[in-house]
Amino acid sequence: MTELNLVQAINRTLRDAMRQDPNILLLGEDIGVNGGVFRATEGLFKEFGADRVIDTPLSETGIVGAAIGMALYGLKPVAEIQFLDFIYPAFDQIVSELAKFRYRSGGQYPAHVVIRSPYGGGIKGGLYHSQSTEAYFCHTAGIKVVVPSTPADARGLLFSAIDDEDPVLFLEPKRIYRSLTGEVPDDTHRIPFGRARVVREGSDVTLFAYGAMAPLAAEAAETLSRDGVSAEVIDLRSLVPLDEATCIASVEKTGRAVIVHEAARFCGFGAELAAVLAEKALYSLKAPIVRVTGFDTPFPYALENLYLPNADRIVHAARNAVRAS
Amino acid sequence: MVEPGTLPVLPTVSGAPALGEAALRDAYQLMVMARATDERCLMLQRQGRIGFYAPLMGQEAAQVGASRALAPEDWVFPAYRELAVALARGVPLKAIFDQLLGNADDAIKGRQMPNHFGFRTVNFVVASSPIGTQITQAVGAAMAAQRRKDPIVTIAFFGDGATSSNDFHAGLNFAGVFQCPSIFFCQNNQWAISMPRKRQTRSATLAEKAAAYGIPGVLVDGNDIHAVYDAVREARARAVAGGGPTMIEAEVYRFGPHSTSDDPKRYQTDQELLAAKERDPIGRLKAELIAAGRWHEDADRKLWEDARALVSRTFEAAEKGKPLDPRSLFDDVFAEMTPRLAEERAGYDARLREGATKS
Repeated sequence: MTELNLVQAINRTLRDAMRQDPNILLLGEDIGVNGGVFRATEGLFKEFGADRVIDTPLSETGIVGAAIGMALYGLKPVAEIQFLDFIYPAFDQIVSELAKFRYRSGGQYPAHVVIRSPYGGGIKGGLYHSQSTEAYFCHTAGIKVVVPSTPADARGLLFSAIDDEDPVLFLEPKRIYRSLTGEVPDDTHRIPFGRARVVREGSDVTLFAYGAMAPLAAEAAETLSRDGVSAEVIDLRSLVPLDEATCIASVEKTGRAVIVHEAARFCGFGAELAAVLAEKALYSLKAPIVRVTGFDTPFPYALENLYLPNADRIVHAARNAVRAS
Repeated sequence: MVEPGTLPVLPTVSGAPALGEAALRDAYQLMVMARATDERCLMLQRQGRIGFYAPLMGQEAAQVGASRALAPEDWVFPAYRELAVALARGVPLKAIFDQLLGNADDAIKGRQMPNHFGFRTVNFVVASSPIGTQITQAVGAAMAAQRRKDPIVTIAFFGDGATSSNDFHAGLNFAGVFQCPSIFFCQNNQWAISMPRKRQTRSATLAEKAAAYGIPGVLVDGNDIHAVYDAVREARARAVAGGGPTMIEAEVYRFGPHSTSDDPKRYQTDQELLAAKERDPIGRLKAELIAAGRWHEDADRKLWEDARALVSRTFEAAEKGKPLDPRSLFDDVFAEMTPRLAEERAGYDARLREGATKS
């Protein structure tokens, strides 16, 4: 075990994976000589060289299109999109191509590409360095969407992403890249997709969160416990595939659900999760499902802290849910 | 007439001679085969026996000439009009028809519209409908081959319309920067559905766009199989020797509609089409072969008869193919089915079983 922050865990995992498998290579903007704008690829260019840590021209469609071609040919590319906000020039390659290659070729041409991208607010990044638009990708069949919330999960999930035979969008909560540290295994332990993590057990209400919202949900649970409200916290870890079984079992136990995400509420991932709970656990519910999310506005700059969910908002929502019945 | 699937893919490599007598006759047969298939498929669509078709007529010399300059190990990234390339790579006609019909033998399991085929066995990557997306992918595969030191090229096929796409720019730009073994083969058939070539760009030629990416651009008469073959052969030799990518513009003319959903009379004059047909690549090669004493009208008549008979026979065999297994709907979304998909399939299976007991 080593104490690392989240971005260090990602860096070390990329390094360890690349040492094990010469087919793995990285491509993206400023990732080589510069080590990435968040330093996620620091030192890798020096260790693995320009053939495996490829500084590309400034073109996201070029990065993802080329990564697809590499994957079809048999390499394992891990592409970096510098900010999730800049992924849209590659949207066609991701949605029309990457996600559909296996299906549209009848299984002849699987395209295993990992796309890493920092997402989310909390760094005073304004409109174009803050958004959480995971729902666009979750809506597309054929691509997995994974969001770690701890350094150890980042390592275990990134190993799984690189191992996976399908495309994976690996979203990194940049707000907690450095703010939290944790014990990270030194071995190559994998965390499988589709297994949510029960961060804290509780009996009165379930707080569902992922990425940078998971530590806030845990903080809210702590506050709630001082009021005598026992909150269970579930970190979803992977949105696609979703661990429905764990989500449903928790709500069957607590009877109340608060879903937390940074993304805008309308058609956000919480809408899907709420629908699953309504379809499969309605009779266990003692109160309406509540969503604590970003607002349905563009992501603001100066008022960022009002836009983003915080522990107070989560606590408030959970108390209301508990009072409702 | 030899079934195309059994024709050898010529192991052409750098330094190989120009198309010889046997290779030319073989190329001519393939071109006729492709034209006969096209003509038949347009009729089949009108008869409602296939749902859609995008003909290549007018582009046969470009496609066969380019294909014959490639090695079997090379990777083809096609658009959706590359029937003659597939045939030239050794794909059996039956496999094409299975795809047009989406039957149980279809290599892509009925997942896409007609013309969007793909055959891993001959390095013919599965096509998609979005324009130009295969160009960056071809570059990525070439970068992979470059890293593995495999002496191959990747070739992206696309049309004049695709030169306006994002991925054309990104792909040629990447290829120029990384000097990977890529060939960008643009069949300028003068039309992107209804938009004439001059609506795509103010450039005098498409080939000259390559200069801006620091890579050679070559303009050839796409109706001249020799010119196409030589240009691709040279581009291939340069790429395999580490000399980087090449863009080739093969100037042709789309004789047919964009697809069976399109009526070219709305935007194209008869005069222009007739003038273009004067330059028919099949007529041109036939005349050349006859003038050289290597072909004659009787053999030609027989070739066409045989080609049409083979097309009919093969299509009828494919039409007798079994329908797809309805349960395959959920396969190949992921390598392993997610719980969500498994649940959806279970519900669908139950409905299928109810249907089966009712009928």
